[in-house]
Amino acid sequence: MSAEIGHFALLLAFAIAIAQFVVPLVGASRGDPALMAFGRAAAGLHGGLIALSFVCLMAAFAMPDFSVALVAEHSHSTQPLIYRLGATWGNHEGSMLLWVLILAVFGALIAVTESGMRETLRARVLGIQGGIGALFLAFIIFTSNPFHRLFPAPIEGSELNPLLQDPGLILHPPLLYVGYVGFSVAFAFAAAALIEGRADAHWARAVRPWVLLAWTALTAGIAAGSHWAYYTLGWGGWWFWDPVENASLMPWLVGTALLHSVSVLERRGALISWTLLLAILAFTLSLIGTFLVRSGVLTSVHAFAVDPSRGIFILGMVVGQTGVAFALFAWRAPSMRSGALFGAVSRESGLVANNILLASAAATVFLGTFYPVLLDVTGGDKISVGPPYYALTFAPIMAALLLVLSAGPMLQWRRDNWAHLWGRLRRPALIGGAVALVTVVIAGPAKLLVVAGFALAAWVLAGAAAILVHRWRLGSNEGSLVRRLRATPPSIYGLVLAHIGVGVFAAGVTAASAFSSDRVATMRPGEQVVIGGVTARLDTVAPMQGPNFTAVRAEFTLINGIRARVVASERRVYPVSGTRTTVAGIAEGVFGNTYVAIGDPGDGAPNGALVVRLYDHPLVGWIWAGPLLMALGGLMSLTDRRNRIGAPARVARPGAPALVPVPA
Amino acid sequence: MKRLIFIAPLVILAAIIVAFAAGLQRDPAILPSQLLDQPLPAFALASVEPGQAGFGSATLRGRPVLLNVWASWCAACKVEHPELLAMNAAGVPIFGLVWKDQAEAAVAVLTTSGNPYRATADDADGRTGINLGVTGAPETFVVDAHGRVRYKQVGPITRDVWLNTLSPLLTKLRAEA
Amino acid sequence: MIRPTIFAVLLFGLGIPAMAVLPNEQLSDPRQEARARAISRGLRCVVCQNQSIDDSDAWLARDLRVIVRERIHAGATDAQARDFVVRRYGNYVLLTPPVEAGTLALWLGPLGFVTAGAIAAVLTLRRRRSVAPPPLTAAEAARVETLLDKP
Repeated sequence: MSAEIGHFALLLAFAIAIAQFVVPLVGASRGDPALMAFGRAAAGLHGGLIALSFVCLMAAFAMPDFSVALVAEHSHSTQPLIYRLGATWGNHEGSMLLWVLILAVFGALIAVTESGMRETLRARVLGIQGGIGALFLAFIIFTSNPFHRLFPAPIEGSELNPLLQDPGLILHPPLLYVGYVGFSVAFAFAAAALIEGRADAHWARAVRPWVLLAWTALTAGIAAGSHWAYYTLGWGGWWFWDPVENASLMPWLVGTALLHSVSVLERRGALISWTLLLAILAFTLSLIGTFLVRSGVLTSVHAFAVDPSRGIFILGMVVGQTGVAFALFAWRAPSMRSGALFGAVSRESGLVANNILLASAAATVFLGTFYPVLLDVTGGDKISVGPPYYALTFAPIMAALLLVLSAGPMLQWRRDNWAHLWGRLRRPALIGGAVALVTVVIAGPAKLLVVAGFALAAWVLAGAAAILVHRWRLGSNEGSLVRRLRATPPSIYGLVLAHIGVGVFAAGVTAASAFSSDRVATMRPGEQVVIGGVTARLDTVAPMQGPNFTAVRAEFTLINGIRARVVASERRVYPVSGTRTTVAGIAEGVFGNTYVAIGDPGDGAPNGALVVRLYDHPLVGWIWAGPLLMALGGLMSLTDRRNRIGAPARVARPGAPALVPVPA
Repeated sequence: MKRLIFIAPLVILAAIIVAFAAGLQRDPAILPSQLLDQPLPAFALASVEPGQAGFGSATLRGRPVLLNVWASWCAACKVEHPELLAMNAAGVPIFGLVWKDQAEAAVAVLTTSGNPYRATADDADGRTGINLGVTGAPETFVVDAHGRVRYKQVGPITRDVWLNTLSPLLTKLRAEA
Repeated sequence: MIRPTIFAVLLFGLGIPAMAVLPNEQLSDPRQEARARAISRGLRCVVCQNQSIDDSDAWLARDLRVIVRERIHAGATDAQARDFVVRRYGNYVLLTPPVEAGTLALWLGPLGFVTAGAIAAVLTLRRRRSVAPPPLTAAEAARVETLLDKP
């Protein structure tokens, strides 16, 4: 029964989404409040219906109800409840429903919250959201219906891919989708601005929270995915430049540029075209990512079931949405240029440089990902693009970005000069230089990239600290320190936190890439191997039984000086699908991980012995701690009430010039 | 001039979409053979069947032949087996490279399911397969009278593949010789 | 052809070096083994989804690992060992795309993007400056300084 309810809710939502698309857009161009209000009601109803539909699907998975085809393919009675629930989105159809759920809920939020947004703007945004929703619902209803029944219903299902039976499944896809769909809101805002012919500070303040939310979620989602791959795939890799990973990185890079552009637009009214273009681009890349994963145009470990006919449909959706948006841009944007001027050395130019570097980085990732397809269809050689390509092209662009990153917040708006900038950046530069020197001494001058990596990380961290030093006016006595701490707006703390996250990330990547070591050995219980200064002793090897798997479990004691830790590595077999997975034993620490993974018993080793792979990964935890800090920074910025549209105007201090100060 | 910059994103999008649409027509997993129009790498292997002669690259000259890479453990090979038997009955010379397999297991399959091969070659360690650029089983090479590889079929030979691809090609190659 | 050994320390590039090499596959000479591993890290396992033959447990990865080690042991240079595999499986097997006519756009693209962006930005800025408002008087300039320096 629940599947039928869910299906019906879906169909109803489709009809309402179409209405949500047409009516408010007409209402906004006519200035008709009734039609615009209809848009809000439709969006609310749309959200509620999709929520109902999603709950129905989840219920079918929870039971599990094997008469629903999707459940039969991805669930099993012995599968733990949390993974029966997670399996709802661990497949193509369910994940598409998750996508439209988030889209509908965001639309409902825009409709329902009293944010002070102009009604015409809100109506247009809701209209475009409705259009996007309708397209995706059409895709689901006509090609990817999650509610198909199986007759007769099987007694048992085939389980969810064991690699997906992990907490990562609960975090990674939902966070990513909040990111992708969040950028659809920014897209809707941009299209609305183009239709309206106006992108002003009000618009920027309205869209900024959505961009922040999307960016924060995407940052966390990508980091969650990377961490998941690290501990689950059994060899300690954390980024593979896989096409689907790239599909999440590209919107992130463009989204970061968008985030910074929106600030400029809000404060200075400049970079209008850039901001609108980036907003359209971020969502375009999200859509292309969707296309990638579901169409079979590229092979990837992430790909859902390959289906070229779905690929054509998605391609059509991409053309429909982004083609119209880019056409709107070509038509309207030229007349929306602002006259806001800024000098060659100014924060605006710094942010332009930031945008150019981030956009180039995204274009590079795009080039690397799709060049093999391009070359192939134009009759060229069949090549592949692997990590070494990105190391040579993407990395230098990122290094340049890190250089600009610390300069940006130190630059003044509109007009600044090199001398002034250098004055503010002298200390971070010295710190960077000092770290470079120390690294040269420790690692040797030949390791240029390691030196650059650590020096840049230090430069970024010192630059972030310098922002606070300047803001808190340390070394002056203008009132209490605590008051100055509290007077600093949350968005500054957010900025600093996020930039610190970047520095932490850079240091982690440098250390883990340059100084990791590994060993492979055959071990018997009682034997020990030294890896990265840690002695690993194999204690016991024993079979074990899990809820839906059998395994061989090996316990190791890791001795580091006087500290000893116990980790266990398992080699699991899931009988329903016959899949084998490795669970690594990881001793995590602030300064690095020791990572132990066993092979199949008897495979490549004499009887009674195990092949054991041991890794030392210095500072690898920083690779995910960095993005976590970045996400926290984003959340912190979201709390800043100055950036709400309806924020009260500043009251001029008596005696001060009678001007409304522009928020710095 | 200014307008041009604003239209550029649309144009680039169009180009990319066209490329993607074209990309959907291909299977990205299939690797084209490096041996096309090249002579077969030299090899000479014993048969899996006791007492029978094996074959080598020298044997596969003089007339167009098919070199079929298969194994007893390969499920898709079982799918194409009846088709191979039919082709052999129609007079097509097929030579079987027993790839990464145990001789006894291969002989068992031939005994129970029928033997479509003029001769078999035992490539237990798969080295000849690597020299041929084999990425899995079944794969079939079409070799012309001069010992050059003219086509590689990745995956099982179905009736469709035979009628639409292999048969016309063999006819053309026989006319060339 | 750029040596893969450099890649082991690249920022944002390779993930952490990993391996699926079994103890009984390894060469006894550590320098040769290091060369073999570096070459393996640059070769794609074409039956896997995005792994090098050094990382993967697949049959092809194992066979090619052994073959690369045989070639090195027999005295081949790094380029010759790599070439042995490329001649059989094509350029697709190289994780670093070759630099040839067809891949010129791939290799020059990134620098091209940055350069094009920089040129566009500079041109736009220059054009804006030419329509700038009239310069400030000394008194106005001082006032602007005071206002801008306020926190």
